Amino acid sequence: MTPPAKTARVTEILHALGAVVLALGIGAVLMAASGYNVVTAYGYLLTGAFGNFYNISQTLLKMIPLIFTGLSVAIAFRSGLFNIGAEGQLYWGAFATAVVAIRFPHTGPAVLVPLSLIAGAAAGGAWGMIPGYLKAKTGAHEVVTTIMLNTIGILATGFLLRVCFKEAGPVDQTPLIPESARLGELIPYTRLTWALFVGIGAVLLTDLMFKRTALGYELQAVGDNLSAAQYAGIDADRMLVVSMTLSGLTAGLAGSTLVLGVLHRFITNFSPGYGFVGIAVAVLGRNTPWGVLSAAFLFGALDAGGISMQLFARIPMDLMTMVQGLVILFVAAPFLIRRIYRHGKR
Amino acid sequence: MNEVLDAVLGLNTFAAAIRISTPIALAATGGAFSERAGIINIGLEGMLLGGAFSGVLGAYLSGSPWLGALLAVMFGGVLGYLFALFVLRFRADQIVAGIGLNIFVLGATAWLMQVIWGTRGVSPNVNGFGEIVLPIIGHIPVVDRLLGIHSPLIYGMFLLVAAGWILLFKTPLGLRIRIIGEHPEAADAAGIPIRRIQYACLVLSGMLSGLGGAYLSLGHLSWFSMNMSAGRGYMALAANIFGRWNPVGGLAASGLFAYTDAVQMRLQGLNLGIANELIQMLPYLLTVVVISGAVIRSRPPAALGRRYDPNR
Repeated sequence: MTPPAKTARVTEILHALGAVVLALGIGAVLMAASGYNVVTAYGYLLTGAFGNFYNISQTLLKMIPLIFTGLSVAIAFRSGLFNIGAEGQLYWGAFATAVVAIRFPHTGPAVLVPLSLIAGAAAGGAWGMIPGYLKAKTGAHEVVTTIMLNTIGILATGFLLRVCFKEAGPVDQTPLIPESARLGELIPYTRLTWALFVGIGAVLLTDLMFKRTALGYELQAVGDNLSAAQYAGIDADRMLVVSMTLSGLTAGLAGSTLVLGVLHRFITNFSPGYGFVGIAVAVLGRNTPWGVLSAAFLFGALDAGGISMQLFARIPMDLMTMVQGLVILFVAAPFLIRRIYRHGKR
Repeated sequence: MNEVLDAVLGLNTFAAAIRISTPIALAATGGAFSERAGIINIGLEGMLLGGAFSGVLGAYLSGSPWLGALLAVMFGGVLGYLFALFVLRFRADQIVAGIGLNIFVLGATAWLMQVIWGTRGVSPNVNGFGEIVLPIIGHIPVVDRLLGIHSPLIYGMFLLVAAGWILLFKTPLGLRIRIIGEHPEAADAAGIPIRRIQYACLVLSGMLSGLGGAYLSLGHLSWFSMNMSAGRGYMALAANIFGRWNPVGGLAASGLFAYTDAVQMRLQGLNLGIANELIQMLPYLLTVVVISGAVIRSRPPAALGRRYDPNR
């Protein structure tokens, strides 16, 4: 690696960390202003995320869906597309996975688990393909179409659930999926399953795709310089569709792994916005696969630590939502962080 | 059968549609100002939510819904200014900053609710806006229930949408705003103070959304609940596009969206087994269809979303 690139990488990481520290700092000020003890609070945040074996497992557990949604946003972004629709794609992934798992209860895990995962990926991919196709064919801005398709997807899966697959009872949810479809726990009683490795595998594959394959190259070429890519003979329209499909597929897996590993069924409105936090994860990770993995880990830690902060210090964990929003704002604004760094040096 | 007909065409449904459309139309007008000045404003959702919260907070502290609405407008303006600061000064990506703002406001309002009222569900009741019966119009049968007996904020919405339309399309300032969104280089060459106008447009869009939020929490109800805006900001974004980046068009689109919502809610009450989800989907489907150019052509401002740094 050439020295300038390395310095640039270090600067990027410093900026990202600066954004996180600044956001946590503002969080601290707000807590102090509301009369909470900041040291106690962040103490619980830290121990809640990393304090013992169980807590670390919970950080990793919270990280899994964010790996997928973060990757999803990053993949589209490499082609110059903004996938705000990971949330809707995640719902389709979860729904398709649950339906397939319920439909084939007598199949062995060696077949049923991959089959359910593939179904989820395919459903998410199909839902992601729509905005890609519309963008390529009609120029419809993917930001708007994906936002609309989120709501449509959530309502549509809710509708199908209610009409075809609902378990009797007051809650809109499917019956539990068969044991053979559930992912095994890595450590008993932690709910942390080997979905974690599916996530890391996805990171690895995405990295390989972008670095080593012609497809990855073409996807990025479209994002870097559309007209140059077209001049070089790349079918840009096709790449837009492929990019959004891959993006949707990855988001679908977020839903799939949640159903197979944690929820064991599809429930309406189950996602607390993993698709949107995925945008934060991708931005913080600078849209690189390993950056996404690190950012997902950080956000997983904020999530797990936030829960323990709420439980033991009685500090509403919505503070962490606020901190996440600030992180997005600060990371998105390199000029702000740069100015603060410069100010610090003076 | 009569019940269904009443749900679809009844006076109450239309009156409800006007109520439901109010926050969306206000935010959509804000969206029109922002996007005509070249800036995609996904933050409308957060600005609505912030307005809903600060409206109740203001009314809670002062006892007056009017002061609540004033606080909401001011707080919305502050959010608009912050958004402008990030996007224009710190060069944040418009879409990322918008998402960041929405998540921040979602967390901040839920947090403040617990700090101030110690609850995560619903805030205490405050004094909301009552209904005002307009002279003359308020006493004509049929018309009164549609246009004559409403929360004052609804009349305010109609006035603001009209004023927004006049400002954008009938004044020199409006022309300047639109040139910035179409061709910032030309605007720059003509000596138009691009940055100042963009700041003003974003603050205005925050204020309008803030008022929309105040209507959500004080206009018909009198309390705040977590994530009260529930995607109405995104609906406003859609209404703005649907209405071709024109406040009056945005109002029409909001009205259409609100009407489907009102019908859906009333049909749900009748328990006919009609799929409400499918009716609820309609506004979003329509928007996808429209921006794909399938029915009517709707072209965004040419420089929408593109960063332009004025020569100074």
